[in-house]
Parts: sequence; structure tokens; C-alpha cells
Amino acid sequence: MTAHMDARAAIEDVITAYAHDIDDGALDGWPDYFAPDGIYQIITRETFEAGLPMGIMLCEGRGMMADRIQAMQTANIYEAHNYCHLLGRSRIDGGSDGAFQARTNFNIVRTMQDGGSEMFAVGKYLDTIVFQDGRPLFQERRVILESRRVDILLVYPL
Amino acid sequence: MVLSSVDELSEPLRWPDGGVTRIPYRLYTDPEIYALEQQRIFRGPVWNFLCLEIDIPNAGDYKTTTVGEIPVVATRDENGDVHAMVNRCAHKGALVCLKEKGNAKLLTCIYHSWSFDLQGRLKGVAFRNGLQGKGGLPQDFDISEHGLEPLRVEVFCGLVFGTFSDATPTVESYLGKPMSKFITRNLGRPLKPLGMHSQIIHNNWKLYAENVRDSYHATLLHTFYTTFKINRLDMDGGIVLAEDKWHSISYAKRATFDEAPEYAEEKIHSAQYDANLAGPTLLESWPEFEDGITHSIQALFPNLAIQFTLNSLAVRFFVPRGVDKTELFWFYVGYERDDEEQTRMRVMQGNLTGASGLVSLEDGCINEFVQRGTRGSPEGTGLAEMGGREVESSDHSRATETSIRGFWTGYRQIMDIA
Repeated sequence: MTAHMDARAAIEDVITAYAHDIDDGALDGWPDYFAPDGIYQIITRETFEAGLPMGIMLCEGRGMMADRIQAMQTANIYEAHNYCHLLGRSRIDGGSDGAFQARTNFNIVRTMQDGGSEMFAVGKYLDTIVFQDGRPLFQERRVILESRRVDILLVYPL
Repeated sequence: MVLSSVDELSEPLRWPDGGVTRIPYRLYTDPEIYALEQQRIFRGPVWNFLCLEIDIPNAGDYKTTTVGEIPVVATRDENGDVHAMVNRCAHKGALVCLKEKGNAKLLTCIYHSWSFDLQGRLKGVAFRNGLQGKGGLPQDFDISEHGLEPLRVEVFCGLVFGTFSDATPTVESYLGKPMSKFITRNLGRPLKPLGMHSQIIHNNWKLYAENVRDSYHATLLHTFYTTFKINRLDMDGGIVLAEDKWHSISYAKRATFDEAPEYAEEKIHSAQYDANLAGPTLLESWPEFEDGITHSIQALFPNLAIQFTLNSLAVRFFVPRGVDKTELFWFYVGYERDDEEQTRMRVMQGNLTGASGLVSLEDGCINEFVQRGTRGSPEGTGLAEMGGREVESSDHSRATETSIRGFWTGYRQIMDIA
């Protein structure tokens, strides 16, 4: 087993754990999946492919991510709901300069208070992952939504 | 179902006593009223937003949209002129342009290959003269009479508007002086696109038309506005109504904040959230205009709003998709003259609004809560008496629903509801 294979397994594990934490509502630790100056963005495929900068959500650094979580938990008002992430197998490249690129398809089902479970978001994660103290962290996580259209609102991170 | 007058409704409709301070719930839920709006409003004497001029910058560019429920395409022709027509083939009625955006010399319907130029004139009919002398269209078929149904078009400050009615005055007279002037302030220079997304909200389109005019709710429901002192009722601000009341501007000046005790005394939910941002660059901004206005929402009848919150400039376009469903588009723009730092701030402030907006995400569900709350009670009415019963501009207070009363004034006139 090469070092590269170890890295691959660690990256797959972190991509899975990230999704499970969100599904479980364990969001306080969400910023810790990122490097301290990591970037998180949700953007539509149309905007992303046009090379335009403005997505739907953008956090630069763990502080902004923590603000999002705090606002969501204490300030914002919305009907409570759950996510269930279904992830495809990740393609992982790079690593020679210490940073890995991963691409993972996702399908997120949202369950609302009336019991309806419906497909909420489908797309891909485009990740740049670095290792710090042996732990894989997202230096950058771009969430590319296939559709330009969000049903009702988007408050929990994807 | 094509209805052209309230007299044709199965159940008679009269405006309740109290005028525009009372809003019949039925207006949010009745499919016949929804059908009537398609004729009287969207096909009527209004300017409908079609797209931004920067959506179709080059000759041959087209962008599809809807006016009410009617499919429409806006184009730019070889001479640089902008046109708009119903996106429906003159032959069988199929959609001509299928993609949301594109570039073409001719617009060709894929069903039978009828093609139209960028002004909508019919240019070619496949097998018009038949094959081997047989079939084809009659000799007297006049292709000049079978173009795509045109809309009158006007471009104002980068906004492309279209109307089906010959009675609609110019855009500037339709909006009136104060409204036109404020659009020029916000959009009257070359724009550049920053990004776009949309949101499906499960409510009648008019609930969003009210919501976007509702300066009273903005700082009560939207905690983020209040806590971070982006927009509060204790800042100097006001409501400007158009002469005809149909359109309005709500504005605030952040530098004039003078904390009112009522926010704390009345235990306003939105003032309970005491937070300092761990990532304060979210709210980095610069003063863009000398008038001191740092927050404004301008609502244009029937279904458009222009938002300028700090430096976040967006065109919000809300399109009816059924009596209880609306698609809300967020077109974020900056100016061509913006430097990299200014663009970065506009993009970062994009976090405040949109489907995931720290201040606006509640609007994604709040109108649905009204839709669900009013279901089954068409005879009930909503109230709009904050700030009095008049429909006038409000110079120093936004604790008023005057702008909502203005919307219903316009609605009642155009729908001709006694």
C-alpha cells in the first residue's frame, strides 16, 4: 500500500464523514472540515461554467463558516428539515504538490415537516484537499449545482 | 381559460369596504383571477421585464423568458436593435427557441423547419412549393402575415422591457420621474453580470410583490438586517411612491442609525440575536453614492424589484408559475468600471440575499406560510393599515404599509375591480 493509497482512503473517508455529519445535523464541527483559510462556495453550473464569480453561498475562512452556522441556529427562520446525501464514488487526482483534487457527484434528498422526501440538490463537489497534521482538510470546496433553481430556500450547507 | 373582465368570474368579486387597506385572500388562490391577470396585467398596459441588455450583448444573441405565462424571446439583430416576440411558431404553436440563451442568424422551429429572422419575420417554410410539383402551401399564402407575434420593446438603463399593449406609454412615463431617476442612479451605467440563480417559492406571485414592498416586516423577520444594522426602522429612511402609486422605493441611510428603544422593549425576535461576526469581511462595503442611501429596494409593477443593499446590486424578477407557485430570479450585477476589490465586496455581500441569503432567506418560506394560512378561506381579508390608510409617500418612517397599499391601488385599477 503506497502513501498515495493511504491518502486516497483518508480523502474518501473525509468526504463521506462530511456528508454524514450534515445529514445528522452535527453542524457545529462543519468549519473544521476546512483549512483555516478554506473556501466554500455553492454555485450554479451555469454561472460556474460562464466563469462568473457569484454563487448562492460563499464562505472564506472558518470564521465565516461559523457565522453561517450561528445565523442558521439562532437568527434565521425557516421550516426545519433534514438532508440525506447520496454520494457517488470520488475521482481523486493530484497529490504531487501536496494538494489533491477530488470530484464527487451528489444527490441530496430533503425531508420537510409534512413528511415529503424530495430530491433537493444534485451536482458535484469539486474539492482541493490538503493534509495538515496528517488530517485531510478542504482548502476549497465548490458545490456545483446542476440546476439554477433552488426549492424554497437553502440554509444548511450542502 | 381566457377571461378578460371580472364580470366573467364564476363568483362575483367586489373589493371589500376599507379599500386597499383590506386584501381579499381570494386574490392569492383563485385560478380564475390568476387567468384574468394574464390578460389584464401581463398582456395589458404594463412594461414587463424581459431580460438584461447584457444577456444579449451581440448580434444574434437571444434569451428566452416568460411574460406572465406566455413564452417570449428577446433578440438582438444584425443592426444591434433589440426585439421581442412570442416564442411560439406561427405554424403549429411549438416553442421556437428551446435553449434559455443562444446565438443564431435565424430562429428555426424544429418541428417543420419554419424559420424566422431576429425580428420575428417568417423567412423560410420547408417544402413551401411542395416536392416534385406536388403538395406545398397554397399560392396565395402570404409569409409576411405569419411572423412571430411581436411585443413593443424599450431598453431603459440596461433593462429590456416588453409590452403587448399599444396603450402603454414610454417606460419613463410609465414609471414616472422619481422611479426613473432612481433606476438611473442604480443602473444607469454599463453593467457587468456577476451570477444568477432562482428560487421556487410556493405562493402566489402577488404575495412576493407585497413582501418586497413590505418595509415593516424587513427588520422584524430578518434578524441579520437588524443585528448588523444594515437596515432598521431607526435609521433615517422612507418610502417614495410613484405618482400613480404602482411602483415604490424603500430606502435607508445606515450612517443615520439612532437606536430606538422599541426594538429591545418589544422583544423583537430579530433584535435578540446578539452576534459579532467571526468573519467580518462579509460586511465590508464602501459608500457608493453621495446621497447617503445604503439600502434600497425599488419595486416596479407588476413583478420586478431592484435591490441595492450596501453594495449588493441585484435585479429580482418574480414570475408566476401557477396560482400558488412563483419563480424568483436573482440577477446579480456590478458595474463595468468596478475594480477587483469592489467586485470582491459585491460578491461577498451576495451572501446577504438570494435563496441562501443571511438576511433574505426567510422570504423563501414566509409567503408560503401566508399561502398555506389563507387556503380554504377565500372570503377572508388581510390588513394593511400600518402608517395609516393613505396611499402616500412616507418621508421619515418605514413603519408603514403604504407601498403595499400602492401595489393594490395599481392592481385594483388595472384589474378593474369595483
